[in-house]
Amino acid sequence: MDIAALRKHAKNIRINIIKEVSNAKSGHPGGSLGAADILTVLYFEVMDITAENAGSMDRDRFVLSKGHASPLLYAILAEKGIIPESELLTFRKLHTRLQGHPDMNELDGIDMSTGSLGQGFSAAVGMALANRLDHSEHRIYCLAGDGECEEGQIWEAAMAAGHYKLDNLCLIIDENGLQIDGKTEDVISPAPFEAKFEAFGWHTISVDGHDYQQLKNAFDEAKTIKGRPTCIVAKTIKGKGVSYMENVADWHGKAPGAELTEKALRDLEEN
Amino acid sequence: MAKATREAYGEELAKLVKENPKIVVLDADLAGSTKSAVGGKEAPERFFDMGIAEANMIGVAAGFAASGYIPFASSFAMFCTGRVWEQVRNSVAYPGLNVKIVGSHSGISVGEDGVTHQAIEDIAIMRAITGLRVYVPCDQYETKAVIDYVAENDGPCYVRLGRSAVDDVFTPDKKFDITKINILKSGAKIAVFCCGLMVQSTLKAAEMLKEEGIDITVVDVCAIKPADEEGIARVLEDHETIFTVEEHSVLGGLGSLVCEIAADRCPRKIHRIGMYGFGESADWKTLLKEYNLDGEGVYNQIKGYL
Repeated sequence: MDIAALRKHAKNIRINIIKEVSNAKSGHPGGSLGAADILTVLYFEVMDITAENAGSMDRDRFVLSKGHASPLLYAILAEKGIIPESELLTFRKLHTRLQGHPDMNELDGIDMSTGSLGQGFSAAVGMALANRLDHSEHRIYCLAGDGECEEGQIWEAAMAAGHYKLDNLCLIIDENGLQIDGKTEDVISPAPFEAKFEAFGWHTISVDGHDYQQLKNAFDEAKTIKGRPTCIVAKTIKGKGVSYMENVADWHGKAPGAELTEKALRDLEEN
Repeated sequence: MAKATREAYGEELAKLVKENPKIVVLDADLAGSTKSAVGGKEAPERFFDMGIAEANMIGVAAGFAASGYIPFASSFAMFCTGRVWEQVRNSVAYPGLNVKIVGSHSGISVGEDGVTHQAIEDIAIMRAITGLRVYVPCDQYETKAVIDYVAENDGPCYVRLGRSAVDDVFTPDKKFDITKINILKSGAKIAVFCCGLMVQSTLKAAEMLKEEGIDITVVDVCAIKPADEEGIARVLEDHETIFTVEEHSVLGGLGSLVCEIAADRCPRKIHRIGMYGFGESADWKTLLKEYNLDGEGVYNQIKGYL
């Protein structure tokens, strides 16, 4: 694993996230920046998706259950060469393929339309059941937010995946500890995730969501776990890489103006 | 012969599951009641009980459809429409995924379970979702034809079925065009549009009216959406007095559909017969009588307007 190369990808992806959101004057930068390292490892070291097979179902698939992190997914698809980087500036503009939340019918490489929290994870469970029926070796990955786990549907899906022993399914929880109204522990306390998922019959792994080696090891370990789905609980810093956004709930869903965009891009360039 | 539409669903699903390896059957702990279990037992590896968790069932169905399968997801009409409306809108209809939602125990004819289990808004709320087709068959033959049709035709849909055994309207040799209305009786001046088990009630009312020398036109509207707008408009043009009869709220269902088509194409005064509030507990025949939705009740309501 070439950590320097991954760092370079993640840096480009973060710069593009800021450009997308700033240009659109709306969108969700905080959670997108925070989960950028998780998806960088997933898309460049784990999943077998390429520009050539993006339109096919015959590959590993990914569901962004926290669909508001769409700037991250689009930046990843650009970094993988699945969409042109220039298209990122159409994000949230009229007639764009880059809808506010991901639309699976617009782009190859978007495996499920998401945006309403809790729903993508259920679809991922359905995909994993389908892959099992197909005797497919491909795996299903899903990224959910910690705040998203306040949705009851997450636990319905967790119960189903545990019951059906979906060892071809890997859920990553982006645990940044923040949601729109403030700290998750002040709003409604969805944590701890490990004990809850274990109680639902899952294997769990706790990692630093910005440590490439830990993330890669966790994804590798998940592939070896049989008879249970795996949940990777990744601790992250919301807004990671942009000094004034880090750990600030207010940057969940708003765009920086011109001056703050420059500051964000400077922060990311210097990192 | 009398048979519940849900029974016909189970039988047809069993046939389809054997024929088509891409069909999967999902239920939410009501497989014995919805009769999805009858289909599921033909291919146990493709039957998935998702437990009492309807929201997840709809999402899982979406995931199956996104993987090239044809999921039939069943529960009581109340729980596979109302409880999961937003899942159906965002995870199924918006991406246009090929999910077949089949709700049994619709309307007040659920009976004794009472208001919490009596879906009388399901047609309205499902009809409002872009791209979602809605069908309300009236008897076993029409149900089987609808299930065959939705299995063959790509796209999300909702099929509304009933709990109780209902008389046959059609014969086994009937060739259905699911996209069109069925004119069951042709009369003069008065036309009644109906769906589901209100077709049987309306046919009884038509017999009673005939004894008084009044011939009415009876139109079975199984395809609520997309509706046979041409066919409905033609009936409106050919008649002076229009009724709609549905085992559903008069807000947003068949009555509203006919009013919309009339407003667009052929303005008519339309009398909407249906539910004007919640129901209550009792056996289904008593309830239909209480709410004037049995044959005599429909007859009385039509007479009341004439």
